[in-house]
Amino acid sequence: MEQLLQQIINGISLGSIYALIALGYTMVYGIIKLINFAHGDVYMIGAYTGYVCMTKFQLGFLPSLLIAMVVCALLGIIIEKVAYKPLRNATRIAVLITAIGVSLFLEYSTMFVASANVRSYPPMEGLLSKTFKIKNITISMHQIIIVIITLLLMVLLQFVVKKTKTGKAMRAVSQDRDAAQLMGIDVDNTISVTFALGSTLAGAAGVLVGVYYNSINPLMGTMPGLKAFVAAVFGGIGIIPGAMIGGYIIGIIEVFVSGYINSMYRDAVVFAILILILIVKPAGLLGKNTREKV
Amino acid sequence: MLEVKDINVHYGVIHALKGISLTVNEGEIVTLIGANGAGKTTTLRTISGLKKATSGQILLNGEDITALSAQDRVKKGISHVPEGRRIFPSMTVLENLEMGAYLRKDKDGIAEDLQRVYEWFPILADRKKQLAGTLSGGEQQMLAIGRALMSRPKILFLDEPSMGLAPLLVEEIFNIIKDINKAGTTILLVEQNANLALQIADRAYVLETGSIVLSGTGKELLQSDDIKKAYLGG
Repeated sequence: MEQLLQQIINGISLGSIYALIALGYTMVYGIIKLINFAHGDVYMIGAYTGYVCMTKFQLGFLPSLLIAMVVCALLGIIIEKVAYKPLRNATRIAVLITAIGVSLFLEYSTMFVASANVRSYPPMEGLLSKTFKIKNITISMHQIIIVIITLLLMVLLQFVVKKTKTGKAMRAVSQDRDAAQLMGIDVDNTISVTFALGSTLAGAAGVLVGVYYNSINPLMGTMPGLKAFVAAVFGGIGIIPGAMIGGYIIGIIEVFVSGYINSMYRDAVVFAILILILIVKPAGLLGKNTREKV
Repeated sequence: MLEVKDINVHYGVIHALKGISLTVNEGEIVTLIGANGAGKTTTLRTISGLKKATSGQILLNGEDITALSAQDRVKKGISHVPEGRRIFPSMTVLENLEMGAYLRKDKDGIAEDLQRVYEWFPILADRKKQLAGTLSGGEQQMLAIGRALMSRPKILFLDEPSMGLAPLLVEEIFNIIKDINKAGTTILLVEQNANLALQIADRAYVLETGSIVLSGTGKELLQSDDIKKAYLGG
């Protein structure tokens, strides 16, 4: 029982990270029908930005987190403007391949600048380094912070998407781009904002992971990126609450597999789930089975 | 008010509009009729900026708007109810109407226009919290028209408002179109149902494979033998 609770707590922390990354995947897919494979690398850049802030500039956790989010937002906008916007009317496969190109570019540019070495985040101090023990269950302050910040960002995102004018424009563009234009919505701007928001969340995830696992490297975005993609598909790609739920479920499953079966299998199980969903319910948990419009 | 001069439009190698010219004067209802694929929808999409013309000129109140983006044309007073309604299905009725007023900042004016739309289409007021995708076809058409009116347009484009609707509903919608026109909005109407369109139109243009082959007042065309044969089933 205690072990089960402990695993759930670990799963929720990991799931928060996946959920944050999955949101960016799903939002971008929702608006331009692109699986942005460079998204995991934006998360990696977020982790590196946080690292530079904490080590070079000796900033605290919160300022580093905020700076990483801003840097990633800008990076997201630049990626969209430079790489995807010129391909707005190209085939989807062309954009997809470009996304893979952007991903490799970010990974190996980071390697060039920062070297391929694994780096470790400085240890947290004071309250941030505390752990709590209830009987045999350990909860670290890191885990609590991850969950709180993730939930906070999700609430904020829901507010932006549901209540603000920009959020409504985002939904309008994702549902019908032509009709949105006829409302006077600037489609290009709206797409930029979507990339910025998704990348902001990925940036936050990067710093949280840096603090939690304490080690970052230029290729760290690949695996979590793919798993967050699985999470987004699991919940129903293009559906924001779906990405949140998918992220937590994938996180918990992964931790359970590591804990109860064998940690060697955790990646295999996640991708087996992807295959299963695509066979059984391709639209995902919250998705409606609709025909693709041509 | 609206002047289209010799526009040509291509889809790849297909020459869809071959030198279309037309005018719409303030306060008129002008209709474009013609068979499927004649270029009616393309004409509207080109004037509202969704499709770029290869050549030609579009003037709105004397101002050249040919180079403007679709959203800038909305600012100039064009509002377009596209073919197939194209409402936002996963947004509520109210949110759809709010999107129509996207570029406006005058809160009082928006509230006023919302009331006006609800007066024209009381069903929309009853369903304002419902997702637009759950509305019936007729209700969706009303929502699409209501949404287009929320920008307080000078000229309103309607593309096939009767499509897929029961005859009684078509009549209701056409009566409302007349009312909207009487209340001061100029209308450019594209319609398959030529008979109905000509009855409410001041003037009409007949399109055939990308060219205008005939024009005149609604009454004249209703009497014309060619039109009767080709479009009115007699």
